[in-house]
Amino acid sequence: MNLVSVKIMKTFKADLHVHTCLSYCAELEMTPKNIVKESEKRGLNIIGICDHNSSENVISVKKCAQNMDLDIIGGIEITSKEEVHVLALFDNEKSLHSMQQIIYDNLIETDDEKIYGDQVIVNDEDEVLGFNKKLLIGAADLSIERIVNSIHELGGIAIASHVDRERFSLISQLGFIPEGLILDALEISNKNQIQKFSDRSLPIVTFSDAHSLKDIGRNYTSFSMENSTFDEMRKSLRGEEGRKIEI
Amino acid sequence: MKISEIIKKLNLTVLSSGDFLDREINGGYVSDMLSDVLANSKKGNIWITLQTHLNIISVASVKDLSGIIIVNGRKPDEDSLKKAEEEKIIVLSTNERAFQIVGKLYEFGIGKNNEDI
Repeated sequence: MNLVSVKIMKTFKADLHVHTCLSYCAELEMTPKNIVKESEKRGLNIIGICDHNSSENVISVKKCAQNMDLDIIGGIEITSKEEVHVLALFDNEKSLHSMQQIIYDNLIETDDEKIYGDQVIVNDEDEVLGFNKKLLIGAADLSIERIVNSIHELGGIAIASHVDRERFSLISQLGFIPEGLILDALEISNKNQIQKFSDRSLPIVTFSDAHSLKDIGRNYTSFSMENSTFDEMRKSLRGEEGRKIEI
Repeated sequence: MKISEIIKKLNLTVLSSGDFLDREINGGYVSDMLSDVLANSKKGNIWITLQTHLNIISVASVKDLSGIIIVNGRKPDEDSLKKAEEEKIIVLSTNERAFQIVGKLYEFGIGKNNEDI
């Protein structure tokens, strides 16, 4: 008798693009405690912490969610030299840190307190640890290809941010998806735009890009997979073995 | 005005397609957003930008632009220049800022008679 193993898929609500108070443009209320509390309230199962060009608050959000039914993925929303935003998501601290170092080596500092004063590094108790003096709103002097290659070399997932928007998107900056650029997905901000991008043979996801608490989970993507590990998420994006994503 | 004339006047460096410098310029467009250039530049325009990505060559080709001036001393990578040669796209470079380059081109009369702005 042939036994066919039937995998039981569960659905996970994921919002993998959430900023913290480390991002200059995000509200100060975006602290680890507030973010995890709000995410739980919204019924999210997985969130991704992606600040502009830095990951220094990821560890605090992870600690904060340790005893909760909420998975935290560490990431960075990187700005390429073409001013294209791309999400870099990783399943371990080492790779995330390596990616951050590559960016820092190619990003200038700022001595303008009005800017770095709003780039707040906090601990899991929402206490201020310091300020990041890199110009995080700037662009790393690295091409989009170089960045995506580095993400993949470090085992991460690369998703072009808000490709349906008129600024800082792959499409606004470069007109179209460059030939040979291997992305894992395209993020759209407005679900109604899906038709515009559905011919690219790339998975389409939607996340909140939350800069304030009220926006967390306003857009999310449902991942159907066995469990909420990083590898399962990658398989869902690829639609492997019955896994899938839905927006 | 021919491209060869502005190369001389602006002291531009020719990075690709040096055989086609007698191409005519009928106006100019300045933008660093390629989506905007695709939407608004006109055939025969000279394009002033600081972008160096390979996609600039495709945009110039699709829109039939007369050439690209890359400002701020930025250098396109090998891939871009190789494709520029294949597509016969003239790529020029300068250490000057876009503001200076556009101002000088306008003084030479380029774009002054354009009704399309």
